[in-house]
Amino acid sequence: MLIKIAKPHDLRDSDVTPESVYLSRRRFMGGMAGLGAGLALGGPAHAGANYADVPEGNGPAWLKKKIDDTHWKAVTPANSEKDTLAPFDDASGYNNFYEFGSGKADPARRAGSLKTQPWSVVIDGEVNNGGRFALEDLASPSRFEERIYRLRCVEAWSMVIPWLGIPLAEVIRRAEPTSRARYVRFETLVDPEQMPGQRSAFSLIDWPYVEGLRLDEAMHPLTLLAMGMYGRELPNQNGAPLRLVVPWKYGFKSIKSIVRISLVEEQPLNSWQQIAPEEYGFYANVNPRVDHPRWSQATERRLPNSLFSPNTIDTLMFNGYADEVAELYAGMDLRTHY
Amino acid sequence: MAISNRLMATPNRWQLWRLGVFLAALAPLVSWGWQVASNAAGPEPGRYLLLNLGLGALWMLLLTLSLTPLTKLTRWKGFALIRRQLGLWTLAYATLHLLSYALFILGLDWGMLGSEVVKRPYIIVGMLALIGLVALGVTSNRWSMRRLGKRWKSLHKLSYSILGLVLLHFFWVVRADLREWAAYAVAAALVMATRLPPVARTLPRLRYRFSRAS
Repeated sequence: MLIKIAKPHDLRDSDVTPESVYLSRRRFMGGMAGLGAGLALGGPAHAGANYADVPEGNGPAWLKKKIDDTHWKAVTPANSEKDTLAPFDDASGYNNFYEFGSGKADPARRAGSLKTQPWSVVIDGEVNNGGRFALEDLASPSRFEERIYRLRCVEAWSMVIPWLGIPLAEVIRRAEPTSRARYVRFETLVDPEQMPGQRSAFSLIDWPYVEGLRLDEAMHPLTLLAMGMYGRELPNQNGAPLRLVVPWKYGFKSIKSIVRISLVEEQPLNSWQQIAPEEYGFYANVNPRVDHPRWSQATERRLPNSLFSPNTIDTLMFNGYADEVAELYAGMDLRTHY
Repeated sequence: MAISNRLMATPNRWQLWRLGVFLAALAPLVSWGWQVASNAAGPEPGRYLLLNLGLGALWMLLLTLSLTPLTKLTRWKGFALIRRQLGLWTLAYATLHLLSYALFILGLDWGMLGSEVVKRPYIIVGMLALIGLVALGVTSNRWSMRRLGKRWKSLHKLSYSILGLVLLHFFWVVRADLREWAAYAVAAALVMATRLPPVARTLPRLRYRFSRAS
């Protein structure tokens, strides 16, 4: 299998994976192997039992089958004592998903109107193998992995969430990017009928919600296309049926309910950068040293918390994934590229 | 002796009205506290209280400022009787809003509070509004009214500027959808429009027409 990784400053038609990326992937996999050792000794065959009080979803049969066949706990936090999972009710009840309203509880209350079956995704732009793909066809060649990631919101709160999905890199590789592809642009569904937030006359977002990654970020093994969480399919308010998860970036980069993935030459203008460029940049890497203009990013409140223990912890560079991703940004000034 | 007799007397209907308003203004605090205590306020109860207290303060300010036009419109004494009380409730909600920020968001990190207050424009504006409310609160007693005389009224027109500061503070917090903010801004514009001299002069006459019509 050829792995094609393009760096923006080092673009070439190469069928050899750059050594640094290869090594970082090896290091990453090595870390995973150690952490996943329990699995090799006969981990759980089905996750359902692992997640108490998680309501059964009503996803399609193919998705249930994919989930049953998941490589469980493929990535887990290094410090599982500190990074304890958020309860499912919190992870699915406290969301930013402006397509369903601007309150944290709005998405859980209103996202029932989203129809996630059937669902297809357009892959286009600088690819040889583009087209419109049914979600099942997009997912089927890859085995699901469970990735337990820290999710750091730009609003200075965080949760630890077990995602189920496939590496974005595998989907992009199958699309065969051309040599001109330097960035990946993502789009959320636009359908005011299903998404009440898009009907608001006072919305500052110019729908569709758009996000983007540099191609090497998109190809990074940590970057996940998630279709499930907590051993089941995604609840609508969490971005069903297909969302991005980029654990070293602020949560708004992890775009939800994706309908289009385009390989492009130019850096996409992501929605938040469009609304408030002085507050939100393209990269949005978690960085405790670069404050949001309205609050400090040096610490975060790990949720759930309680009134008199805000559970404030230090925010880590790249959300604690610096060993895996720091080299993507070698030589870049992260104050200007926030 | 006469005074204590008056105090001992059964409460008249105006006292009951004031007590009713007091309980109604207290009710949201009890309700939010109950939500938090019963784990129904979500994974970040401190932020839940923070946001509700901020909106509560804005509600109280708008209600306080609507009492004078309502009195003009209806000549009902009851509105005038609760003006000071609602003004003080505004101060109470705003103070609790700041306290919940310091306690639940910053975790009583005073150094952080100091640097945030200086660095963040929306917090500076919020603090200015609160300082204004404190100034109005401490001069809300009869003694201050007598001491300040005519100046008392001009001082308490500060509440108009405070309303503007609060809306600016709120505007800077809004991230993606201005609908809710716009609703409060319209309410504020209405309340302020009743202060425009031509409108202020018309209000008592409107009452006359109402009473004739009915």
